[in-house]
Amino acid sequence: MPKTIPQPDEVSKPFWDFVDQQKLTLQYCTACSRYQYPVRAQCYDCGKADNLTWKEVQGKGHILETMVVHDTRVVRRKIDVPFNVALVSLDEAPYINFLSNLPGTTAHEAPQGAPVELIFEPLEGAPGRFIHEWRVTK
Amino acid sequence: MTTDFDRGWQRNKTGLGVWEHRAKVAIAGYGYSELDRRWDGVSLDRTIGAFQVDAMEKAIADAGLTAADIDGLMVCPEAAGDSWAQADRGMNRPYFDPPYDTEDGLSYTTAEWLIAEFARRGTPLSNLKYIDGKAPYIGPEMGKAAQAVGDGLAKNLIMTYNMGNVEGRYHLEEGIYSPSGRQWSAPWGWMTSAMMQHAFVFLQYCTKYGGSRDNLAPFVINQRRNGLMTPWSFYTQHEPYQITVEDYLDARPVAWPVTILDSDRPVQHAAAFLFTTADRAKDMKQKPIYVLSHAQMTRPSRSTMGTIEDHEAATEDLVKILYDGAGVTAKDLDVFNPYDGFAVFTQTYLEAFQWHDVKRGEAFDFYKGDIRVEGPHPFNSSGGNLGNGRTRTAMYTDSIEQLRGIAGPRQIRLKAETAACGQVTPTSNGHIYLSTVAD
Repeated sequence: MPKTIPQPDEVSKPFWDFVDQQKLTLQYCTACSRYQYPVRAQCYDCGKADNLTWKEVQGKGHILETMVVHDTRVVRRKIDVPFNVALVSLDEAPYINFLSNLPGTTAHEAPQGAPVELIFEPLEGAPGRFIHEWRVTK
Repeated sequence: MTTDFDRGWQRNKTGLGVWEHRAKVAIAGYGYSELDRRWDGVSLDRTIGAFQVDAMEKAIADAGLTAADIDGLMVCPEAAGDSWAQADRGMNRPYFDPPYDTEDGLSYTTAEWLIAEFARRGTPLSNLKYIDGKAPYIGPEMGKAAQAVGDGLAKNLIMTYNMGNVEGRYHLEEGIYSPSGRQWSAPWGWMTSAMMQHAFVFLQYCTKYGGSRDNLAPFVINQRRNGLMTPWSFYTQHEPYQITVEDYLDARPVAWPVTILDSDRPVQHAAAFLFTTADRAKDMKQKPIYVLSHAQMTRPSRSTMGTIEDHEAATEDLVKILYDGAGVTAKDLDVFNPYDGFAVFTQTYLEAFQWHDVKRGEAFDFYKGDIRVEGPHPFNSSGGNLGNGRTRTAMYTDSIEQLRGIAGPRQIRLKAETAACGQVTPTSNGHIYLSTVAD
């Protein structure tokens, strides 16, 4: 599955640097005691940037729902169809969710509500870079 | 669709009470162009700019006015699809003689282009005092037009919106890098928010309340039926036959559970609406359609995707703002045309508006009933985008026609004195509440 390569910007660069170190490290607002993903310049809740820090999370989650892409505008992914796109909630902060292709799980066979664990996939065409993914726990 | 526009005028939070201009603003005219699947790249009388001028001229004439009577112009200048030239893909399709020597008029239209075109045609908009050339998409644009007239910025305001569609498959993500907001979605094959975000919420809906995509069949079929009662719709012109339950269940999947029949078909079309003060409207050509309220909602997702709880809360707040602004309740609403660009989110609106007493989790049962325009629950009488093609304005033109009693075979058999309609999705939209009765 040759994913497109995330292009970091000034705000998101620390996140992707952590991912390249195979760590899932989220923004965390110390004033609101809330994680934040995707990365933003300000806290979603208080709107301030001053209290945003970085905090590594454990990488356990559950599948909320899964759709299956049969036709995509993302040209690099056309050879992969059909493929799963799951919405995964983070166990230690269920209000945080991630997209996942559920590597290892056949399209249309994703078990709803199943536990998943974090893995890191190397990005094709970007040596040394990784992307966070989720795999169904056996 | 940009969401980067001035929101100072918006009614976007609960507790605002009755709209200060309730029934003091009216829609006195409307018009729409013909509808094509795409611009053919040749016919300069069928460009999106030409269609938009045509719609504006019809709206002005419908009100019994002339171009010289117009003192306000409101335009959403965004392109619905890709550019004509598509230089970024190396196509470099050539432009034409003026006024089609740039993208303006081909893949989008600006206020300046429209003003120049009216002048070129010998009917200049010669008395414009208020020009808003950066209006948002149609949902909030309708509310902004009503607010502008209510605030006294214009007396006779022509507001216009188009959906263009040039040749080619648009919005392809062709590179190997995903920048900006797409760094969080495209790597996993994510395409568009409207389709996939709402597919996730739809799946959550089915988990929460029971049911599946199969339960949308009666709704989608009825949308097509209503569209086939619209002479200019894409389907009346090009696929003039009804779809069946089997067609729906067997439809080609795009992003399961969303299939091709759950998705609106891009078209080339424009519409325009003449807003004026209620006092002036009484002396114009048509029966006034009073604006009782408008409301907007923009609620970004906390995380990668919003949840069904987020969407239900957002639409409930939207409806409270709209109903409170009009001083009405759900039982007062006769004609209801919520958005259906993808079939999977319309029930979120239906249940929030509680139209015909449909509450959370009851939409699938409602869809099983008689929702035909002839029946007791004439839901989405316009046929929406699914029935007409992706006009985004059929909900508005139908609402006006229903209230005027000129909707032809689509005319609902029940009382049609009030209407609500809006665009686009549950966490990003604008709605308007209309009435034939001011008091």
